[in-house]
Amino acid sequence: MKQKRIGLTGAHAAALAMKQINPDVVAAYPITPQTPIMERFAEYVANGKVDTELIRVESEHSAMSACIGSSAAGARTMTATSANGLALMTEIVYIAPSYRLPIVMNLVNRALSGPINIHCDHSDAMLVRDSGWVMLFSENAQEVYDNNFIALRTAEDSRVLLPVMINQDGFITSHSLETLEVGEDKEMHEFVGEYNPRYSLLDTDNPHTLGPLDLYDYYFEHKRQQAEAMMHADRVIREYMKQYSELVNRPIDVVEPYRLDDAEFVYVAMNSTAGTLRVVVDMLRDKGVRAGLLKIRLYRPFPWRDVKSLLGDKHKIVVLDRALSPGATGGALYQDVRSSLYGLSTPIVAGYVYGLGGREFTEEQGLRIYEELRDLDDNEPFQRFMGVRE
Amino acid sequence: MNLKELATIDAGLAPGHRLCPGCGAAIIANIVQRVARAKGYELVVANATGCLEVATTIYPYTSWRIPWIHNAFENAAATISGVESAYKVLKKKGRVKKDNIRFVVFGGDGGSYDIGLQSMSGAFERRHKFLYIVYDNEAYMNTGIQRSSATPLGAWTTTTPIGSAHRGKEVERKDLTMIAVAHRLPYVAQASIAFLPDLVRKIEKALDVDGPSFINILSTCPRGWYFDPADTLKVARMAVETNFWPLFEVVNGRFILNYEPKERKPITEWIKLQGRYKHLWEDTPQNREIIARIQRDIDERFNYIKRLASLHE
Repeated sequence: MKQKRIGLTGAHAAALAMKQINPDVVAAYPITPQTPIMERFAEYVANGKVDTELIRVESEHSAMSACIGSSAAGARTMTATSANGLALMTEIVYIAPSYRLPIVMNLVNRALSGPINIHCDHSDAMLVRDSGWVMLFSENAQEVYDNNFIALRTAEDSRVLLPVMINQDGFITSHSLETLEVGEDKEMHEFVGEYNPRYSLLDTDNPHTLGPLDLYDYYFEHKRQQAEAMMHADRVIREYMKQYSELVNRPIDVVEPYRLDDAEFVYVAMNSTAGTLRVVVDMLRDKGVRAGLLKIRLYRPFPWRDVKSLLGDKHKIVVLDRALSPGATGGALYQDVRSSLYGLSTPIVAGYVYGLGGREFTEEQGLRIYEELRDLDDNEPFQRFMGVRE
Repeated sequence: MNLKELATIDAGLAPGHRLCPGCGAAIIANIVQRVARAKGYELVVANATGCLEVATTIYPYTSWRIPWIHNAFENAAATISGVESAYKVLKKKGRVKKDNIRFVVFGGDGGSYDIGLQSMSGAFERRHKFLYIVYDNEAYMNTGIQRSSATPLGAWTTTTPIGSAHRGKEVERKDLTMIAVAHRLPYVAQASIAFLPDLVRKIEKALDVDGPSFINILSTCPRGWYFDPADTLKVARMAVETNFWPLFEVVNGRFILNYEPKERKPITEWIKLQGRYKHLWEDTPQNREIIARIQRDIDERFNYIKRLASLHE
């Protein structure tokens, strides 16, 4: 497929993908650092570049509520938010997957209040990690763009029918200008195709009741079906990643290893930090340290088999969480990675919390992690911090 | 619309729902569906969490023979915003052909006066074409009679109990109908299940206008107000005869008073019908003071609407 290389911020890459998808309905509310997605998309609407009904709601709670209404009415539906906006809509974020509505949301990761902060961390995403959304993470603008198309296909696949969330780092990715390859509108829209839902509230000849009271005699079965759909998503999203990968001629997978084959000391991280860590790995390799990196692109469903097969024979693994789980046995990603490796005798799995509230993560911090852990020989789930004044 | 004909129309809740005998919400839900059917409209309903929602659905059963969605408590109006927007765009794209589909929200007073106020206000301001129906039973009845901002002055609820220090609700109710008016909607009305021709006419009008419309209907609640279910229409009628619940409509900003009792009955006539006011039944100086305050509030509100209506005569 013909592509062109252009410069876009992560937010504008999301907006461009949304334009090419040309959803029927977008309901959104402005919040920093998501705002440029909504502003750019509103320009597409104002200039007639899309056919979308853009609902400029009065809160994020209403944004997700309207998305549920429009998706239940058979419309292809998208939205975007950040941090406190996601927190406000969380009640409804849980309802979307339970109604099996394939809504796609761009989440520009920002620290949750309080204290109030507008910069990047992943506390917003982790707030809803158990809500039942498929969750993709994006290292850069290119991955933001690509993830949108993969997300939409996965969400609408009848084997899945779950909402999908695409994460990108607030400001670091959303406001940085990067080059990326993008396809033509027509071909990109062809990849997503038309949406033909099985049920619609507008099908008045076949009325159905959506969202009835569901008590102890059926609720559990419905949640079990939702869990099953999430298991299917693991297989289905790989199919679409493969299809998309062939279309754009770029390798795309649920995880991305870097210099991992012979590595003994392995970093695990999500989003833009993976880029920094690739440099750190190179620096350590130059010093003769066999370092490597595993980037997690698909966070829910968590690709534990991939993690197990790629990391099971490593000596030392350090998982970097950009969100705090106070009182827990380490950050959320740390717990997932550690669980995936449980029962294997070799790896020591250590965890760091870093970069909260937009605190910059530097190569120097990456190197310091190696220095601190070089001689570590216990495997206690001890939560360490990097980049904070103690 | 002829009421006899309306009674023969096969529309409304399927039997087997669990709303209480004498429940105003059941009457409202049925009348709205019948009027719509009689006019050739097909309805899509969004229902806020509340009595009507829980009592008409329990998976795998439903009393709704029309498309129906319940999302959460406070977001029925935002939900219908999404449905109506989907309808607009899908119709433009030719994927939906029908042009007789109308959108209705049913919300209780809790879901409308209180927790859903913002969602409703937003949907009104955006000018979605839908009808918002409040079945106002003046408290959180579904969770067991807790006070809402629609609970009238003096009324007992489980969160405004009668004690030695405080006796019932100590502040006046919110006026949601006037809040709807402030959105400058093409059609706003207040109605009663005891004045059926008036109610039917209002539903017809509200479904016809191009834009958002709102009808606030006092929904008698035998369980929460403590009266015999057989008296539901009698109690509803008394609300109007005492001016406690004035019947009026606002058409493109123009106020019309639909009914004025020849002789306004004193509010004690309303109070003595309901056990939630039982603590006010005894003639004591304290009770006389509260009742006088209730009467003053009601007269002021009624006269205000009357004055507004006279501006447009």
